[in-house]
Amino acid sequence: MSFWRAIAAAALLATGPALLAGEILPDARRSGYSFMGPDTRAMQDDDTSNPGMLFVLDGEALWTKRTGSADKACADCHGDARGSMKGVAARYPAFDKALARPVTLDQRINLCRSNHQQAPALPYESRDLLALSAFVAHQSRGVAITAGDDPQLKPFVDQGRDLFMQREGQLNLACTNCHDDNFNKRLAGAPITQGQPTGYPLYRLEWQTLGSLERRLRSCMTGVRAQAYDFGAPELVALELYLMSRAHGLPMETPAVRP
Amino acid sequence: MARALVHIAALIAASVAGAANADELVPYNIVSDGIAESLTGAPGDAARGRALVLARTTTCILCHSGPFPETRFQGDLAPDLSGAGNRWTVSQLRLRLVDAARFNPETIMPSYYRTDHLVRVGRNFAGKPILSAAEIEDIVAFLATLRD
Ligand code: HEC
Ligand code: HEC
Repeated sequence: MSFWRAIAAAALLATGPALLAGEILPDARRSGYSFMGPDTRAMQDDDTSNPGMLFVLDGEALWTKRTGSADKACADCHGDARGSMKGVAARYPAFDKALARPVTLDQRINLCRSNHQQAPALPYESRDLLALSAFVAHQSRGVAITAGDDPQLKPFVDQGRDLFMQREGQLNLACTNCHDDNFNKRLAGAPITQGQPTGYPLYRLEWQTLGSLERRLRSCMTGVRAQAYDFGAPELVALELYLMSRAHGLPMETPAVRP
Repeated sequence: MARALVHIAALIAASVAGAANADELVPYNIVSDGIAESLTGAPGDAARGRALVLARTTTCILCHSGPFPETRFQGDLAPDLSGAGNRWTVSQLRLRLVDAARFNPETIMPSYYRTDHLVRVGRNFAGKPILSAAEIEDIVAFLATLRD
């Protein structure tokens, strides 16, 4: 039993059924930011040097641009994003009543496009979709994550947790093996973090661009030589939801910078 | 031991059936806590084994460190490999690489010569062990030379 497992198990007795053995206690949750060196932190902290801010600015322009056969802009329905979008990303993925399942922020943006703007869906990882989701999520910077609180989401959070605990791929490793049991250690010299999803979409220096949480999850899956789920697959949404609920209380950082 | 025999029987049955994974795996015999005989029938090459351990695609130094002064990129999720040849016999090292989960079912160390009981293996890797029999032998030969 590792140190963290022992603590989590003890807490389980103290706080009731919310956490399973091995899961990270609320007080011990740490953003990937706290694992970074001073240069990368400085790059994230200063909006003039944070490359993610260019995407946020693009998103701001798209917010007021009319599009689709409805010829409407996001702003025509939602007004000033600084008020209407504050805190929204901190509760995504959120339950959609019509679809009876959780949808991610990217999926919500595309639902607005098809239902209200009569515009085609933006492809996953396209510059416009990343820009819009970065702009919307940026309005939640500093807001504590509450995603997963809605009781209707419980079966999906549980599904995500099962996937997080499931070993997979040719290397036969689960997310929990690295991000619960071995954070603070080094994989081939690079620090392993708790895998907290606080800063997405974020700028990864390795990618040289902004990327979504799903892109990150797919690369962890490819890393263990598993067949990655397709963008938007229910399994990826469930994992995303579990990760957000696992980060409950941590402040949003979008657009974060990571090595 | 009974489990080992079942395992070997399953491997043989699979190779008779000509299943895709079986082409890749040669049957082996587990004796106490090791595999005494070379998987290829020949001794491995320690120099090639060293190069393999250092290659990122082999994955060892993602988790392990060792007496490899030339590389900075070593992991610390697993014991340092220095002295492994003192701590373990060749036979034990061979089984450790083939299927570390036999020593410790909870281990994070992958089973390098096993294709069953895996979930969602990527298309390019499905049915193939992580390492070939010859690669295992080269690495075993190298680990045996690590005597502090
Ligand atoms: C073999 C180790 C390993 C496994 C298994 C693994 N990851 Fe990762 N993961 C990493 C490393 C290394 C990074 C990059 C450094 C970091 O952010 O932790 C990373 C990054 C992440 C991040 C980004 C954190 C941030 O601050 O932006 C998330 C989220 C994540 N992983 C989730 C997962 C999920 C979900 C799974 C399972 C599907 C998984 N990981 C499996 C090693 C792993
Ligand atoms: C994902 C992590 C991981 C990878 C990759 C990995 N190992 Fe290990 N290895 C471990 C852990 C953890 C142990 C400690 C015992 C255990 O849990 O089985 C270990 C134990 C060992 C031991 C016994 C160490 C000792 O002296 O006590 C040897 C030898 C070894 N590994 C060799 C290798 C080689 C060679 C490779 C690559 C072909 C490799 N390992 C890849 C995690 C890993």
